Amino acid sequence: MARNEAYITGVGQSEVGVRLPRHPLLLTIDAVNEALADAGLTLDQIDGVCTYPGKVPSFLGFSPVGSDEVIEALGIRSKWHNGAMEQPAQLSAVGNAAQAVKEGLCRHVICFRTVYEAGAMANPREYPMSRPDTVSGPSQWTSPFWAISAACWTAQYAMRHMHKYGMTREQLAQIALNASRNAMKNPRARAITREELTLDKYMSSRMISTPFCLYDCDRFTDASTVVIVSAGDALDEVKVEPVRIAAMSGSVDRYSWDQVEWPAAYETGHDLWTRTDYTAKDVDTVQFYDGFAFLPITWLEGLGFCEKGEGGRFIEGGTRIASDGELPLNTFGGQLGAGRLHGFGFAHEAVTQLRGKGGERQIPGDPKVAVATSGGGPMAAALLLARD
Amino acid sequence: MNPPHRPRPRLDSVNTPFWTGGAEGKLNLCKCADCGEFTHPPLPLCRHCQSENVAPHAVAGTGEIDTYTINHQPWAPGLEVPFVIARVRLDGAPGVYLTTNIVNCPVEDVDFDDKVQVVFEEQDGIFYPLFEKVG
Ligand SMILES: [Zn+2]
Repeated sequence: MARNEAYITGVGQSEVGVRLPRHPLLLTIDAVNEALADAGLTLDQIDGVCTYPGKVPSFLGFSPVGSDEVIEALGIRSKWHNGAMEQPAQLSAVGNAAQAVKEGLCRHVICFRTVYEAGAMANPREYPMSRPDTVSGPSQWTSPFWAISAACWTAQYAMRHMHKYGMTREQLAQIALNASRNAMKNPRARAITREELTLDKYMSSRMISTPFCLYDCDRFTDASTVVIVSAGDALDEVKVEPVRIAAMSGSVDRYSWDQVEWPAAYETGHDLWTRTDYTAKDVDTVQFYDGFAFLPITWLEGLGFCEKGEGGRFIEGGTRIASDGELPLNTFGGQLGAGRLHGFGFAHEAVTQLRGKGGERQIPGDPKVAVATSGGGPMAAALLLARD
Repeated sequence: MNPPHRPRPRLDSVNTPFWTGGAEGKLNLCKCADCGEFTHPPLPLCRHCQSENVAPHAVAGTGEIDTYTINHQPWAPGLEVPFVIARVRLDGAPGVYLTTNIVNCPVEDVDFDDKVQVVFEEQDGIFYPLFEKVG
């Protein structure tokens, strides 16, 4: 184990549900406790806390818990903490923690993402929804035209892909079908996926924004997901085989969804392989952000698993990306099947698979290398994780 | 139920020419007098050469549909669906795209590369640049 490297040593997750009565801070503590037990660490060994995007008081359901609250609630004697939205994407928080432990600022960092978007809608008194009639900043260029949701922004990239490269709805459907199939084997996905989706049901479901139907969009979820990042010289304190953060990348060109031709996944995907000796051929499983079904296709192409424009044909029929296929994708169900965990679910699952702890959904063989990604549109972040 | 009001951009010194230019029938973009490039969304400087010598410039108001989506989800109570959300690339302003709605035609009639022109919809002093098909 290299001293100047960063490792993921524990993962944890709270109950995952829709309109959970449990307070989001308590969901966060549940996930922390599971991650600590997983790593074999105790709270007094934690000296860093990191989250994305930090508490957002104007939009509490989106991010109800800040890193300082976790420090306070758990009595952590923190040497470094962080929570910020101005960075490439959700998993950049894990990257920040990796840099902090490499720099020697701290040894074991709790990284978390807590979401309470369903619970907040059910309790507007405690979680007021700010839906301002007045918009400013980037949203002023989209919201006035009722392009209020990222569904409408992402849909336009997907429409372009269909127009330019011939992707079909039947091909796109494989993302949601694969997610549903895998979610059925994930006990924590039961509140989101109760029965396996069929192509017929997909094709006849209501449209949200073409080409996205209901099943192409993730849904509001209440949950917390935790990843513990540890320094290479602190590994003698943990009780599991650690997973190395072998490379990371992130990029933003224009902070605008509508001024870029394609999502940032292409540049971030390219950059990841410039920072490692591993190649796409070495990857055993991929966990790609799927807030909308088209996004994993951009990651498949951007990371070079197929040529640009070939994503639709690559996933056709679904066998290649199935959990027993050549490139298992979103083996826990992704956000489409297991809920809008907002990025951290992908790192959680990559580590779970690399350790062989996937239970009924564990992929065959002896997986050693995985990619986890997050983001969409002009923002993107990727992690290469390896058991080596 | 009355159709809901469009979300209203908060006017400031930088965005006012864009959102109010329609009063004179003008689609104003932020243009650099030094390098000739456009900066959109507008800024108090040119994003290409960082010159502060920028000013509103009325473009022709014509363009082509770069990409689009037919939106079926009513995002506000009373919002009539379906309607088209599109990204228009503007003639005479290379590299500038506007998110907008394509109006005055059935949603099925909208396609990639269709030629369109601006039509302004006024609401409380804001002139929303929408687009309709040409010919
Ligand atoms: Zn200039």
